[in-house]
Amino acid sequence: MAATDAPATPEELKQRIETGIPGATATVTGDGHHFNAVVSAPAFQGLSRIAQHRLVYDVFGAEVGDRIHALSIQTKAKASETENIA
Amino acid sequence: MSDDQTTQIREAIQSAISENPVILFMKGTPDQPMCGFSARTVAILQSVGTPFAAVNILPDPRIRQELSTLSNWPTIPQLFIDGEFVGGCDIVTEMYESGELQTALGVEDANDGEPAPEPAAQEPAPLTIENRL
Repeated sequence: MAATDAPATPEELKQRIETGIPGATATVTGDGHHFNAVVSAPAFQGLSRIAQHRLVYDVFGAEVGDRIHALSIQTKAKASETENIA
Repeated sequence: MSDDQTTQIREAIQSAISENPVILFMKGTPDQPMCGFSARTVAILQSVGTPFAAVNILPDPRIRQELSTLSNWPTIPQLFIDGEFVGGCDIVTEMYESGELQTALGVEDANDGEPAPEPAAQEPAPLTIENRL
């Protein structure tokens, strides 16, 4: 099911998160098995922490716990581009 | 045939969650965690000083499978308070640091407004559920 059998990289995870969650910005670190992702996205606004983390896990589906052995997540809601922070 | 066992496991998980006000599904046991994230979550619960039940998910892969189906959460550990899924290690850590966890566990109001001294080295007394799953 995994897109590839090659080891996951922080760069791959970052791109997939940013592609999978509209407007998301991700910073991902990791060693190929254990990763830490700090993600901010407008989509997180108004969601509980659990729901925010689920959006991130959903990007990877069954790969979490398997190809991506562990994925630690911190999420932040950010204002969408159209909303101006004045 | 294995369907029956899977149903049994699911029901055992559900009743464990509803019967224990605070229950942690983890890899290993509180005394011998088998994963850093489980260890960290146990340490947080112990420092808060709340008794909690713990279930080791490692003995049978179906425990984790059924648990994750139930909670819609892919990773271990998973903490439930009063029958509600609270989160994994990251969320529990954030909630601990912000004080939300203490509030959810009802340990903050224990002293009438008196700022409770840190229960630093209080002997934790976690219950461990026998895995009969």
